[in-house]
Amino acid sequence: MEPLNIVRSTCVPLPAEHVDTDQIIPARFLKATTREGFGDNLFRDWRYHNDGTPKPSFVLNQTQFEGKILVAGKNFGCGSSREHAAWALYDYGFRVVVSSFFADIFRNNALNNGLLPIQLPEAYVQELLAAIERNPSLLAVVDLPQQEFKIEGGQAIKFDINPYKKSCLLQGFDDIDYLISQQDKILEYEQNKI
Amino acid sequence: MSGKTLFDKVWDQHVISEIDNGPSVFYIDRHFIHEVTSPQAFDGLRKRNIRVFRPDQTVATADHNVPTIDQHLPIKDKLSRFQVQKLAENCEEFGIQLYGLGHQYQGIVHVIGPELGITQPGFTIVCGDSHTSTHGAFGAIAFGIGTSEVEQVLATQCVLQRKPKRMKIEVNGPLAKGVLSKDIILYIASKISTSGATGHFIEYTGSAIRALSMEARMTICNMSIEMGARGGMIAPDETTFEYIKGRKFAPKDAEWDQALEKWRQLYTDDDAEFDTSYQFDAADIVPMITYGTNPGMGIKITETVPDSPDNTKALEYMGLTPGELLLGKEVNHVFIGSCTNSRIEDLRLVASLVQGKQKADNVQAMVIPGSKQVEQQAKQEGLDKILEEAGFHLRQPGCSACLGMNEDKVPAGEYCVSTSNRNFEGRQGPGARTILASPLTAAATAITGRITDVRELI
Ligand code: SF4
Repeated sequence: MEPLNIVRSTCVPLPAEHVDTDQIIPARFLKATTREGFGDNLFRDWRYHNDGTPKPSFVLNQTQFEGKILVAGKNFGCGSSREHAAWALYDYGFRVVVSSFFADIFRNNALNNGLLPIQLPEAYVQELLAAIERNPSLLAVVDLPQQEFKIEGGQAIKFDINPYKKSCLLQGFDDIDYLISQQDKILEYEQNKI
Repeated sequence: MSGKTLFDKVWDQHVISEIDNGPSVFYIDRHFIHEVTSPQAFDGLRKRNIRVFRPDQTVATADHNVPTIDQHLPIKDKLSRFQVQKLAENCEEFGIQLYGLGHQYQGIVHVIGPELGITQPGFTIVCGDSHTSTHGAFGAIAFGIGTSEVEQVLATQCVLQRKPKRMKIEVNGPLAKGVLSKDIILYIASKISTSGATGHFIEYTGSAIRALSMEARMTICNMSIEMGARGGMIAPDETTFEYIKGRKFAPKDAEWDQALEKWRQLYTDDDAEFDTSYQFDAADIVPMITYGTNPGMGIKITETVPDSPDNTKALEYMGLTPGELLLGKEVNHVFIGSCTNSRIEDLRLVASLVQGKQKADNVQAMVIPGSKQVEQQAKQEGLDKILEEAGFHLRQPGCSACLGMNEDKVPAGEYCVSTSNRNFEGRQGPGARTILASPLTAAATAITGRITDVRELI
């Protein structure tokens, strides 16, 4: 996993609420057997017509909006547990998703893949979305060590992250590395169980 | 000190250690895998050069991506074929039992686990699929995981998990005729919304839940995730034990007695506390349908589409208007299947309703059994004949039009009354408009060609 520390980038606004993982990556694109390449079909049905031509009204097709930070409406990532949703966002180039609320499985999947979900108050997210719409070249700074998010030149706002997950992200260390280091305890548990 | 909930009891038995301020190392008793969310996990193992830690605690099947006709022939779609083949290769390489296409035990992962007796009370069960919550009907802690976590379980038989909060949902009273457990869960989802249980693990209790068969209980637990919950469970009782007894992987003889003794401890203590509780009256539950694009957007079948600014986008997608009555609306597709409603009881209910009747000409009605065993059983009981004679197309087991990964899709703009669990935009195919309902409502709709209150037909 790639370590993540400080991200400085413009933002992409996606005000829709309850964005489910079927929208992020529709099931018919889950046939690949590797983790790469899902970015091409990120938000496929919102992004393209059936014939493959882009829908100009969708934000990823609007050239003024780009960046590593996706700012989305509440309850982002609900629905199917497909980790492909996190891979698709990451593969497309996002490193951070900001929302006022994340679905549980998505949050975990994102953290396991070096994609940082930042939960901020609903009012703040709404203002942020409006500010990006007004000025697409607005720069945001995500400071993971300090657990701060800010618009460059603006007030920083703190965000929560589990200390364990934070150290994993900073070091690019993942859960499997940790679990494998616990093998003795696991064996001991199994023995006592029977 | 207050007592423990059912959830606490099972949870605590499986925690190996806790990271300070972090998740717990959580032991997994049974792991199911399927072709779509496992290949990257096996790749990960190969990259790290490690084996599967406990191959005999993982069971594989091919379900999400398989065709539901001509399963004896090679899969036509190249990518699907490759994915299914990859699963077989991975299982072979890592020593995992596979119930692949054509095997007598193949089927939707959440149908075969219980039916083979792999799913047992007090177990922890995971699968790379959010509807793993289904297995909670047996008093197991069962939840969906992502592919990285699949890799964790393969590598160490553990996942890192944080303990969710506890929610109690109680439903009391007798159910009216024509009302099924699917209506109960659609009703609950409509009350607490698609995110109302996020961060929680639900326990369903109350006399209405107790009175349900195991299959009906699975339908309830199956849709826990549609309210955002990590999972849902029901304390095991005689109905549970009766169901498990004699199944292929159920404990036998002395082991059975020991297991029963353990299982009888699995209940919520009287003085245990929940973080959140809801209570519903079964008398208020009638056949339910959804009108929107998440499962929380449900109404009683006799109600009109609610008028709310929150609905605008969903209604536009669904081609519906506020105040509209869905009852009587023409529908072209009926899908009976998915891990929510594809078990033998579902097929029996459907067959009993359509026996001697004909589906409407404007409707294509598809019935997808949840597993090979369900299919076999249906044939033995002659349900296949009844369904075929009524003009329903009984196909072979798989996830099918529940998620539209194979060729079973609903055309853009058309309505499908579906017994599955998700009505998201495009779930059943690009532009498809899904209306979730019970198997009886779906069957009644197929007969009349219009959204129908099944109570009028029985
Ligand atoms: S039937 Fe549908 S919901 Fe169930 S496991 Fe298959 S795809 Fe998932």
